[in-house]
Amino acid sequence: MKTHLLIAVRLTCITLLIFGVGYPMLITLISQVTPGKGDGEVVVADNQVRGFELIGQKFDTDRYFNSRPSAVDYNAASTGGSNKGPANPEYLEQVKARIDTFLVHNPTIQKEQVPVDLVTASGAGLDPHISPEAAYVQVDRISRVRKINRQKVKALVDQHVEQPLLRMGTPRVHVLRLNVALDQLN
Amino acid sequence: MNSEILGIVVLFVLTMLLAIPLGKYCSRVFLGEKTWLDFMLPAENLIYRICRINPAKSMNWKENVKASLILNLIFFLWAMLILLTQGWHPFGNPDHITSMEPTTAFNTAISFMTNTNLQHYSGETSASYVTQLVVFCFLQFVSAATGIAAMVSLFKGVLQRQASDLGNFYVLFLKSCTRILLPISIVVAIFLVFRGTPSTFEGAAQVVSLQGDTVSVARGPVAPMVAIKQVGTNGGGYFGPNSTHPFENPDYLTNLVENFAILIIPMALVFAFGYYIRKPKVGYAFFAAMTLVFVSFVAITVYFESAGNPMISEMGIDNSAGSMEGKEVRFGTAASAFWGVSTTSTSNGSVNSMHDSQTPISGGVYMLDMMINAIYGGAGVGFINFFVFVIIAVFISGLMVGRTPELLGKKIEAREVKIAALVAILHPLLILTGTAIASQIQTNNPDIGWLANPSFHGFSEMLYEFTSSAANNGSGFEGLGDATPFWNILCGLCMLFGRFIPIIGPLAIAGSLAGKKYIPEGAGTLRIESPAFIAVLLSVIIIIAALSFFPALTLGPLAEHFSL
Repeated sequence: MKTHLLIAVRLTCITLLIFGVGYPMLITLISQVTPGKGDGEVVVADNQVRGFELIGQKFDTDRYFNSRPSAVDYNAASTGGSNKGPANPEYLEQVKARIDTFLVHNPTIQKEQVPVDLVTASGAGLDPHISPEAAYVQVDRISRVRKINRQKVKALVDQHVEQPLLRMGTPRVHVLRLNVALDQLN
Repeated sequence: MNSEILGIVVLFVLTMLLAIPLGKYCSRVFLGEKTWLDFMLPAENLIYRICRINPAKSMNWKENVKASLILNLIFFLWAMLILLTQGWHPFGNPDHITSMEPTTAFNTAISFMTNTNLQHYSGETSASYVTQLVVFCFLQFVSAATGIAAMVSLFKGVLQRQASDLGNFYVLFLKSCTRILLPISIVVAIFLVFRGTPSTFEGAAQVVSLQGDTVSVARGPVAPMVAIKQVGTNGGGYFGPNSTHPFENPDYLTNLVENFAILIIPMALVFAFGYYIRKPKVGYAFFAAMTLVFVSFVAITVYFESAGNPMISEMGIDNSAGSMEGKEVRFGTAASAFWGVSTTSTSNGSVNSMHDSQTPISGGVYMLDMMINAIYGGAGVGFINFFVFVIIAVFISGLMVGRTPELLGKKIEAREVKIAALVAILHPLLILTGTAIASQIQTNNPDIGWLANPSFHGFSEMLYEFTSSAANNGSGFEGLGDATPFWNILCGLCMLFGRFIPIIGPLAIAGSLAGKKYIPEGAGTLRIESPAFIAVLLSVIIIIAALSFFPALTLGPLAEHFSL
């Protein structure tokens, strides 16, 4: 018993040093040679940091391509999803309200064109992407509010659609980069 | 082929193909044969010397259990100490996180010690950088190694003839860490940092968004933790929402690699069993049985997640992307459903979408997967659970043909079957008792505020929590308000029993198998790699899981499905 106990304490100390200290230090050291230096890559526009590449931002004004709804309002210090079940009546009301709000702000769009990702919240509440369909349904509104030719806005979205890598996965649009490019268009 | 389906097919096939050589490698490590990582030997010998371990000393099953339990006790005490004092640590806490509430600390310490990684706290708001590394990252290595060591003792018990030696626990434990977990974790972590996962000791960053909002972005030493969380079938995420968080899982490629990391060791260890006992066909046969269940589960969940929520389809919008609530656009529904089955099969418990918001049948499949808890299963312990089913199936086959049941040349007698039956019954006992108590309290106090969803789904939230605890999985229907003393303590106990009884029981079986005489194979010997036996085995698994849990699944996910 006592020998096992002493071994256990020593073994805990030494494995702690290897896996709790040495291993994370090694990875942190290696991360220094990556583009973001291990601190997270940032998006820079006009010499100003506009946010993190990976972390979605709240865009809910008509001037910008809107991002997806978020259960935590894009609070990147306390993240999470809605955890609402598919049959929860309160949740379904919320989705209906989002659809109605979207249609009010985008009067040229028919209901059956509204893609589901625009009215549902993501898992972490920080989704940096929307689907290409979700970007295209906002083109009319952006062109009207910003008084830019519709074709020009559509071409901008075309440029920002990322196709799936090696034909695996989903096509998507990075909302922050699209909006940064939109600001530069003016 | 649809690009989302292609993604998961490629992932599955690649993982399977790589699991075979890794399984061979693992068996060589545990048999003490030459491997290319033998350059670690001097370091390992140094550790034995410092700890005063005699690596040549043989241990019987009781000594193995004793060593394992005592070591785990020290892990638990260490975790409690750090969690209860993190608010006062002089460094490694740039965001000034306070000490953990005692019952949450109790739950968390047990959770990480038992390889469950159920999280009743949210990483970015409740754990300092020191805690994340010296408790969570550390325990994710050693808890996985504890499970693998127990499994190798079981392998050895099957192979031994009239002996009591089940291998030296400390050697098996250390080798699992240095030869298997560490090298794979380093590779995965390096991949992640190059794809943008942070690994930093800087505190949260303040940025002004394009729209003009000031946002605080939590970060930290994320990459090392995410790697071992997947590789060791742990699942304890750095951030609250786990691998849905873009820092933990930046893109589709990292999602593939992380999902690969979830499956690779559990799959490899099934093959390792075959190679270890010098009957690779047994490994392949067991793998085929598990894969049959796994693939069926994937097909069901992918179908329902891609079809989407029918209640939302009825609203008349474009629902073609599928059930997107709680999912990320960069992964899509197929990769999320595949991950869901992977994580619940392997007792991993990390998530890349919110299980609480998935369609009812998917949620039900995840629960059933954890109720079986032996489809590949957690690092080491998954195979142990599977072995318990094998003992029962051998016994039943023996009864059917009227012969004394034999498993790989060893007679299976009353003692082994009794232990196996008790271990198999423990799982439903923990889950159903826990859910019954919680449901009773909820019914009597409807305003207690536990459930995020009413009706059948609310019941599913409680059932899922206990299933996840007892299966040492750690995923959750996270809408459940579980950071209360009731859930902390009850789930903590479930995890504790659900971890150690299925280790102690099978090791006792291994001990008694090791002591038995070897009976050479004859014409009437039941060959456990034969399709007939695999069919019996699958029936046993399905009957035990279905009979015990079908009523509960009917009240939750099935009822909800038919109400949609």
